[in-house]
Parts: sequence; C-alpha cells; structure tokens
Amino acid sequence: MAKELLIKNACVYDPLNGIEGEVMDLGVKDGKIVDPSEVDESKAKVIDAEGRLTMAGGVDIHAHVAGPKVNVGRIFRPEDSRRLQVALKKLGPRSGSGFSVPSTTLTGYMYAQMGYTTVMEAATPPLMTRHTHEEIRDTPILDQSAYTLMGNNWILYEYIREGELEKAAAFAAWLLRATKGFVIKMVNPGGTEAWGWGKNVHSLDDEVPYFGLTPAEIYQNYVKINELLGLPHSIHIHPNLLGEPGNYEITLGTWDAVRDAGVDPDPQLGEREQIVHSTHVQFHAYGGDSWATFESRAEDIAKYLNKHEEVTIDLGAVTLDETTTMTADGPLEWELHELTGFKWANCDVEVETGSGVVPFIYSPKNPVHSVQWAIGLEIALLTENPWQVVISTDHPNAGPFHRYPRVIAWLMSEPYREEWLERVHDWVGQRAVLGTIDREYTWTEVAITTRAAPAKMLGLSDRIGHLGEGAYAHIAIYDIKPDEVDPSRDYAEVERALEQAWLVVKDGEIVVQDGVVVNEVTGRTYWVDVKVPEDILEEVKKDLETKFRRYYSVNLGNYQVQDVYLPREERIVIDARDRF
Amino acid sequence: MREVILTPKERPDVPLEAEVITPDEFAGRDPEEILELTVYEGNRERELGDFFDLEGRPGDSADETRIVIDGDVDHVKLIGHEMSGGEIIVEGDVGRHAGAQMEGGRLVVKGDADDWVGREMKGGEIIVKGDAGNYVGATYRGEWRGMSGGRIVVKGDAGDEIGEWMSDGEIVIEGDAGIMIGIHMQGGQIIVRGSCGVRPGAEMEAGTIVVQGRVEDILPTFKYQGTERDPVDGVSGEFHLFKGDYSNGPDVKGKLYVDAALNDVPE
Repeated sequence: MAKELLIKNACVYDPLNGIEGEVMDLGVKDGKIVDPSEVDESKAKVIDAEGRLTMAGGVDIHAHVAGPKVNVGRIFRPEDSRRLQVALKKLGPRSGSGFSVPSTTLTGYMYAQMGYTTVMEAATPPLMTRHTHEEIRDTPILDQSAYTLMGNNWILYEYIREGELEKAAAFAAWLLRATKGFVIKMVNPGGTEAWGWGKNVHSLDDEVPYFGLTPAEIYQNYVKINELLGLPHSIHIHPNLLGEPGNYEITLGTWDAVRDAGVDPDPQLGEREQIVHSTHVQFHAYGGDSWATFESRAEDIAKYLNKHEEVTIDLGAVTLDETTTMTADGPLEWELHELTGFKWANCDVEVETGSGVVPFIYSPKNPVHSVQWAIGLEIALLTENPWQVVISTDHPNAGPFHRYPRVIAWLMSEPYREEWLERVHDWVGQRAVLGTIDREYTWTEVAITTRAAPAKMLGLSDRIGHLGEGAYAHIAIYDIKPDEVDPSRDYAEVERALEQAWLVVKDGEIVVQDGVVVNEVTGRTYWVDVKVPEDILEEVKKDLETKFRRYYSVNLGNYQVQDVYLPREERIVIDARDRF
Repeated sequence: MREVILTPKERPDVPLEAEVITPDEFAGRDPEEILELTVYEGNRERELGDFFDLEGRPGDSADETRIVIDGDVDHVKLIGHEMSGGEIIVEGDVGRHAGAQMEGGRLVVKGDADDWVGREMKGGEIIVKGDAGNYVGATYRGEWRGMSGGRIVVKGDAGDEIGEWMSDGEIVIEGDAGIMIGIHMQGGQIIVRGSCGVRPGAEMEAGTIVVQGRVEDILPTFKYQGTERDPVDGVSGEFHLFKGDYSNGPDVKGKLYVDAALNDVPE
C-alpha cells in the first residue's frame, strides 16, 4: 500500500478549519494529513474524488459496542443474530451477524462502511473491563476507548461522604488507569446502587441507601473531580429516571446542579467548552406524569441548551426499529421488562455498578414510541448551536448505529420528516412540535454533529474530527456531490450515500471502497494516564488494599487491565500533580 | 394451473437445502432455468438439476403453479419456504422445515414430514398424510414469535413442542402428540384428536389447546374451571377446562381442554 495519498477534487466540509464545501486536494503522508504540495505525486496513489462529499472520519461519542453487557445482548438474542447475517466477502473479508447487537467484526465493518473511524464504548463496568478491551481488540478498523462506570462506586461514595475530594480524585485517576479508561461515566447516580436494595432514586435530593449521599451531591463532587484532574472529556452522564414520563425536570435540575458546583471546564488537553456531557437526552426529555399524558419536552431542553453552552448532549434518537436495550441502569431495565413482558437479563457488579438487557420493539403505530421518535429530532433541530449536539442513537438502545444515515437524512429534509409524520401515530401532532419545525441541517452542520463537535467534546480535536494538517488521516468520501444534490428533496440519495461510503481512509490506508471493507487495520485504544500527587495516591492504595479484601471477590493485583490487552494503545498522559 | 414434476435422482450424503423449490421461484421460468437454481449441499453450491429431473412447465405466477415431487425427499430441507401461493404435492416423505414461513397456497405431504414442518407459518395450508416430527408449526431456535396464521393438519402422529410460540392459526393432529405442545403459546388453536405427553401449554399466555385423548400430566400452574361441552368447532363431547399458565402471572388467558371421560382433574 502506498504510504502517500493524494485525493484530488474533494468537496470538503471541515468545520474545525472553517471549510464549507470547498473543492480542494488533500494530501496524506505517513498516516497524517499534509499539505498536498508535500505529496510526491509520482509515488503517491492518486484518487480523483470528482467533487464528492468529503469529511473527516466520523466520531461516535456514545455507543454500546464492546463489553460484557453487549455480549449478553448477543448471547440472549439469537433472533437478532438471525435477522442480519453477512456472509464472507460480502461486506469485508470476514462474515458476521447481528442487527442491533452485531458481532465485533460486523460492528467494525458497518461503522467503517458509514465513514466512521472513531467509536467510543460508552460504559464499561471496571471489574469486567478486561472483556471490554478484548472486544475492542477484536473490532477491526475503529479507534475506540472505554468509558469507565464510576457513578455508583462505593469507594468513591465513601471518600465523598467523608469529604475527601482529593482522595476521591486520586482514586478516579487510579481507576482510569486500572481499567485503561478514557472518561468518568455516570449512569443513574445513586439509582443503580439503590437497585441493589430493589429501589431507585426519584429526585436529586433522594438519599442513596447506606451512603446518605444525594444524586445532586454526587454530581457536584464528580464534576469537581473531573476538572481537578483536567481530563480531556467532561463527566459523561446518563441522568436519573431515564425513560420516565415527566423526567425533563430532573434532567434540567441535574444540569443546574452540575453548574452549581461552580467549576469551569479545565482540560489539560483539547478545547472543550462543556463541564458536562449529557448523553441520549431524548430519553430524558419527557413531559406528562404517566404514559397516558406522555409528551415531548424537547423545547424546554433545547431552550436550556441555547442558554448554557457549558452543557453538551448527544441525541439517543429513536429510529423506530426492533432493537436491544442495554444499560448500567438496572432498575430501568426491570421496568422495561415489566412493561413489555420481554425477556430480561440483569447483573450486579459487586461494589461498583449493575446492568440489565431487554429487547425492545419501537413501533410507529405506538403513540409513545412515535413521540419518542419526534423528541430525538426536535432536540437536534431546536438546539441552535450544533457544537452542543452529537448525532447518536445510544446504539443499540434507541436504534442501531447503522441507522445514522437515516437520522441525518431526517435532519436534512423536512419532506422526509413529513413522509414519516404520515406514518407515525397521531400523538406526534398533538404532543410534539416536530411537524412545525422547518429547519434543515446543512452539510456543515452534519459535519459538526457527526465529527467536529464530538472530537472537540472529547478533547481530541487536535488529532481527529477534522482534515487540517497534522490530523490523523481519517477521511470519508461519499458518493454524492453537494453541488448537484438538494438534500431536502433527494433525501433518499443522502441516506444511500451515507450508508455506503465511496472511499474511507483510516490512518492513511484505504479501508473501504464502494461501501465494502477492503483492508482491516488495527484501531487504537485511547486511555488517560493521569498522574496525581504520590502521597495521596499512596494513601488511596493503602485504603484499596483493605477495601478490596473486605468488598471484592478479586485481589487488587488481578483487578487491573494489563498493557497486553491494548495492542495499539494511545495513552494520553495528563499531569495533574500541580492541580491538587 | 400448470404442473412441474420433479423426480429425485442423486441422493447426496448430507441434507440438501433447497428453499428454491417453491411455486414463487418456479413461476414464469423456463424448465432449464429452474434446473439451474442454486441449492446447497453442505457449503457447496449445486444446481437443482444435479438432484432432480424435471417434466412439465410452471405457470406465470405462483398461484398458477403446482409442483409435484415424485418420490421421497426426506433428505431435502426447506421445500415450500416462504411460498405465497400455488401448490406443492410431495408423493413421499419430506425433510425438515417443509413449508417454513409459508404465506399462502397449499403443501401436501403424502408420506411423513420431518421436524419443523410449517415453522413460523403465516398463512396457507399444510396437510401431512403420514406422521410429522417435532416442532410442527413452531418457531425457530431462540426466536419468540411463532406461527401466526394458516392451518396444519397431520393425519398421523406428531412429535414434541408443536405450536411453540404460536400466536394465530390452527394445528390439528389426528393421531397422538408428544410433550409440551403449545409451549409459550400466545394465541391460535391446537387440536389433538389422540393423546399427548406431559405439560401441554407450558408457559402459554393465550390461545386454545384441545386434547381429545389422554394427557399424561397437567401442570400445577393451570387452574381448573369446570366442564364444558363441544368447546370448539369440530370437537364434540364433554371436556375439563383449565386456564393457564399462571407461571406467567395473573392475567393469562390460555385455555386447555381435555376429554372429561379419559382424564381426571388433578387434586
């Protein structure tokens, strides 16, 4: 394979560099973007993009693609594996299966096929993270990272209860290193822990059993920890009461509580402006007080976001498919099981978290599902600043990731939304405002919400999410010419083009051609190695020895994920020693 | 209606997968094209003509096409898969998954049918003149949505777990049936003229099972409701009615009728 590439006549959308649909040449050398003049045309592979849509490789900030609960989903849903079976050489060199919980191979292929090159695994239980890294290693092409679940961790709760914020921060840093994790992830803080007693938390002021902390206190301490450590990404939260009618109030209250901590974004790497990333916000934007009075509160959510740039979100947009729900929110999955009667898997992970898995069928005939579908799109369309929004389906919870092209086509085309408004339940007209919105995303806004914004939110915009010199050469070229196609009218063309990229380059190598994977490269695994003051860390380690003996079923020495699990690590070293 | 006669010739060592043997696939094709249709012998792609001789011509549509298979094809799987109309007559025995996911038309098997006849059937009619294997009108491994329409009649005996996850349609077994008939049933009707094994209707939520012979054992999670005469069309006599399966919660609507003369009510 040529070490150099010259892509001519690319119609580039690169918002981080202020490029909006300019037809230009791109140079690639040693896996990075260079000025085209630096490429030796006689040695390079030259590709004429002929004015096709060209963007940086896509960045998924939140998806469930690797780890124990994903695998539980695969194991207990053979009917999902049966639904999508891809034979050898159809989509890439290997075969795979699974519609909503695809095998690792198929996950890598289908993301690459859509031009996505970075996909973050949104939740890993620390104790089982070795498995998560094994699956990441087994997923071809994609750069990934694991978000370490910390929102219900006993050890953190104990430090916080005792007012030992610095020790808590040192422990969080230790846990990120032990799990080779990238982000402090919080899922239903307090609620999953309460689920261990068969309970949940129902407000920000509910006390978590035994610990006596409230969700509000937990958020405030965690955001302080995150900014004390100076992590590239902010705290990444799945607020309480996911999926409950009327939960928009606790969502807004949560964001207020985080802001009340009074900290500013202070990353040691990157340029993020948020102090909190609130994930799959569609599930947290519900009005009413029961399913009978269920309604969209997307307007309230968007109004808040429009006033507060320190909060960013991803959509968790419902795609109206049969899918699989999976989350560390144990009580929620029990409720879903009770609601649907579908099979249910549940797990309690010792002292740190829990999870559940339940299949789900989102039907356009169902009034609630229809309104949920509207809410995801409403939030994207009513939030004015696209830099606060990332397109996601909380894969596979609200729909499978391979529906992103359809979500994008909906956002770019009012006629396409109209077509679906005809198909869904009447409630959408009465309890949602989607039908009254005429905004249509531009290609620049698509490039922001699928690449540039997530890269910036993650603190990685120096290397991914754009096509400036020095960026990793992750390039997606789609078989669509922006100057010839009107996305509003030709939405089917948009969806088709985004489903099957014409050419995808990963680290300078061509990995997808005409929608088919031609080359499996090994992706990198991002993780943060945070250095904290030695004396505090030593005290924490001493505490850990006792706590592991008392609480855990494994030894401290067997807990940490060894380097060998990361065949291509990208260690992001953060020195937080002077920040304590 | 036009007729195509397939006569089996070479018998492979492994079962043949031949979901192309349907009126839908044959309709409108020349005989030569039909003989070139792909079948699978293990992981090898072969042609239908390697295993069958052909006479006659199909009609222009599935509804105008009858396929007669003149011999035993117990080594051929998936005959009549997803067929929407027309007719298939098998003069001998048929292999697994005959009439699977069938949507319409008629499949007649003059000999015996192997397992999974009428699996996940949506419509149409299947008649088996001999015996049928396990999973008549059932769903597939790991799936939780089964037969949703149509009718299956087995003149002889049937095996275990017939009508698994069935939600609509009818299965009639003229002879005896095996254990756990109507397991996970969500709707529809199963009639067994003979006797059946243990645990009929296990985990059923709705639908009707009628056993005109003896039942080996009824689950304790079924509640006795008293007797009823002539409970469904085509069934006469006095029957004990049980409701269940209450292991699925308090709101179940499943009905299990067993002949009152031949069966005792468990204490």
